Amino acid sequence: MTAAIPIIAQVAGGEGHFASALSEGLSLGAIYALLAMGFVIIFKATQVLNFAHGALSALGAFLVASFATLVNIPGRFLPETVPHWLGWSLSALFALIAAAAAGMLLERVFIRPMVGEELFAVAIVTLGIDIALRNVTNDFIGTDPRPLGDPWGTKVLDLGWITFAHTEIAQIVVSVVLVSAVALFFRSRTGIAMRATAFDQEAARAQGINVGRIFSISWAIGAVLAAVAGVFISVFPRRSAGVDTATAFFAFKALPAIILGGLDSVIGAIVGGFGIGIAEAFVGEFVTFPALGFGFAGIVPYLVMLLVLIVRPYGLFGTEEIRRV
Amino acid sequence: MRGRPLLYTSYEADQSMLNTTTKKVLLGLFLGFLVFLPFTGGAKSSGSRLFDFSIPIVGFLSSNDYLQLLATVCVFAIGALGLNLLTGVAGQVSLGHSFFMGVGAYTAVWLGAPQGPLLGMGLPIWIWLPAAGLVPAIIGVIVGPVAVRVRGLYLAIVTVGLVFIGEYVFRNWRSLTGGSQAGRSFQELDVRLWKEETPLIEISQNGDFLSTNGKGFLMLLGFLVLFTVIAKNLQRSRAGRAFQAIRDRDVAAEIMGVNEFRYKLIAFGISSFLAGVSGALLTAFLGRTIPERWDLILAVQFIAIILIGGAGTVSGTLMGAAFVVMLPRVVQNFTEWMKSAIDEGGFIATIADPIVVTSPTDGGIINTLPGVGPGLSVLQANQVLYGLLIVGFLIFEPLGLYGIWLRIRNYWKGWPFTY
Repeated sequence: MTAAIPIIAQVAGGEGHFASALSEGLSLGAIYALLAMGFVIIFKATQVLNFAHGALSALGAFLVASFATLVNIPGRFLPETVPHWLGWSLSALFALIAAAAAGMLLERVFIRPMVGEELFAVAIVTLGIDIALRNVTNDFIGTDPRPLGDPWGTKVLDLGWITFAHTEIAQIVVSVVLVSAVALFFRSRTGIAMRATAFDQEAARAQGINVGRIFSISWAIGAVLAAVAGVFISVFPRRSAGVDTATAFFAFKALPAIILGGLDSVIGAIVGGFGIGIAEAFVGEFVTFPALGFGFAGIVPYLVMLLVLIVRPYGLFGTEEIRRV
Repeated sequence: MRGRPLLYTSYEADQSMLNTTTKKVLLGLFLGFLVFLPFTGGAKSSGSRLFDFSIPIVGFLSSNDYLQLLATVCVFAIGALGLNLLTGVAGQVSLGHSFFMGVGAYTAVWLGAPQGPLLGMGLPIWIWLPAAGLVPAIIGVIVGPVAVRVRGLYLAIVTVGLVFIGEYVFRNWRSLTGGSQAGRSFQELDVRLWKEETPLIEISQNGDFLSTNGKGFLMLLGFLVLFTVIAKNLQRSRAGRAFQAIRDRDVAAEIMGVNEFRYKLIAFGISSFLAGVSGALLTAFLGRTIPERWDLILAVQFIAIILIGGAGTVSGTLMGAAFVVMLPRVVQNFTEWMKSAIDEGGFIATIADPIVVTSPTDGGIINTLPGVGPGLSVLQANQVLYGLLIVGFLIFEPLGLYGIWLRIRNYWKGWPFTY
């Protein structure tokens, strides 16, 4: 009973804690939603559960860091008068294009030969890609974090009762924009083709859909979403120093988000992402039993996932598998 | 009827574990070699050995560090037999094997470690080893109902969650595990009846005929043979056939009368049992463990073992364990060999030069320099190789090393004909 007193004190202690947990939860949720969205896009189109997502997000963030600071493309060709944020955005754009190319290359080389194989075999292939790609990327990153040189810095917006870092606002805005763009994309011609491919690859092919191209596009989109998430993982206030060797492991925490929402549901990815993010932030802020030790908030996503799976084995919004002989 | 290898006159002969004379002879020779190995090589190593000569060609294996490597192969193979049963035979993909290994290891530590500042009861091996299997098995059966309801990819993700939850618990339960990065030591393969001072069988001291690692290797080899026989038998029993039916098509299996829920639980239980035993033996043999040991990378290593070896086959699992455990040493030796070749110059040096980094300004793939420099470290190179090997085997040879062996064997069986 004595351990419960600090919690009550904190809940009663003021909205400061509540507000900081809320802003933290929203930004964390935005990152999880971006990651989960990438998983879902690739799963919907190609039926592949992409374990290499974490490696792709680290690679994407590393590419942004390189383009923005070390290589400085296109910054070195621009006149001095160009503002920093514009130059950085152009660098990020170039890096995202490179990330998309990397995603397409991975799909073409490793995933395409596995078409028609068992789903779990393909998932394990992506696990193999993850190990290889993560180690190569981490080797390029090295021991010191690579700063991203982002224009937001450590600036904070104070709304009185709640404070948001500029990065957090950027995270929430960018993820809402990207997620809506993807939701709209599913209504476009290519998006419909993607849904048809997800439904039945052979039938889609018979209708004249270029299934291979759909695969490429979905991996490109997935890689871009992963890269954007990787950028937001590596900025203030999460890891102010930049992209490091732990970035690649962050995506594993988005797995509960897609399970919560259901593997093949876009809405599920958003709800799951924000739900898990907010749950983690609030537990981290308010549940501070000494007995729980260090890092309890980090496993909250998995505990939530287990609880949800006991009740609904296909997630909140996932399609229930119809079992036929 | 003698001399006709594929002619079976009884069902028992057809179904027997070693159904040809060749298999019996070769396996007998191989086991004999493994048992004989630690007794040889006395002159070269510090520990006292029975014989001073070493076996030609493979004699280097009798040195103490190679014996340790071989013993580690045995331990990994025990754990991999469990994962093979669950993933290869019953078709339930689990990335949570390291969690169950960790639970087994810490059960063993709790029961077997001597009393002291950290938890420990000082009980003998015949108590802690079965317990190290049973506790994970019970946890496996408790987690089972969730795992049985979810299938396929969902199950893989759930088991990933188990690993992270387990790592959190291990890191924070300091009175048992010694805490993050610190860990605790537990070197206890000695066999005692109860808590006597002098053990019945002493593993932890060099003997007259064998070194410590030699004794440990023989003991673990014995366990491996025991569990291999059990796994192989299980696979051809009623339960094994039920597992395979569930793997191939779960609904069809249920319609044929296989109780899916029950057999999935059994598969989980047995797999967790073997994982726990393997984790306990690994800790007891290597003598030290940290909570970070039981992470996702270890679980992926086990997936790599059964996929590289050949999912669903016992012999493939053993080959895969040997391959995956020995790979780091092979890479290391190979790098050192290439490095020395560069120093000597010549033809090999021109090939080795772009592969190995010899100075901070030199380009290359693998780095042998101390500290961080350009190129992959040997550890990273191993990881990359694991990843690429998993991908390569799944794309080109889904049956793994077992499939390669099968093709070689069938080629020579029919030689000079191709059919």
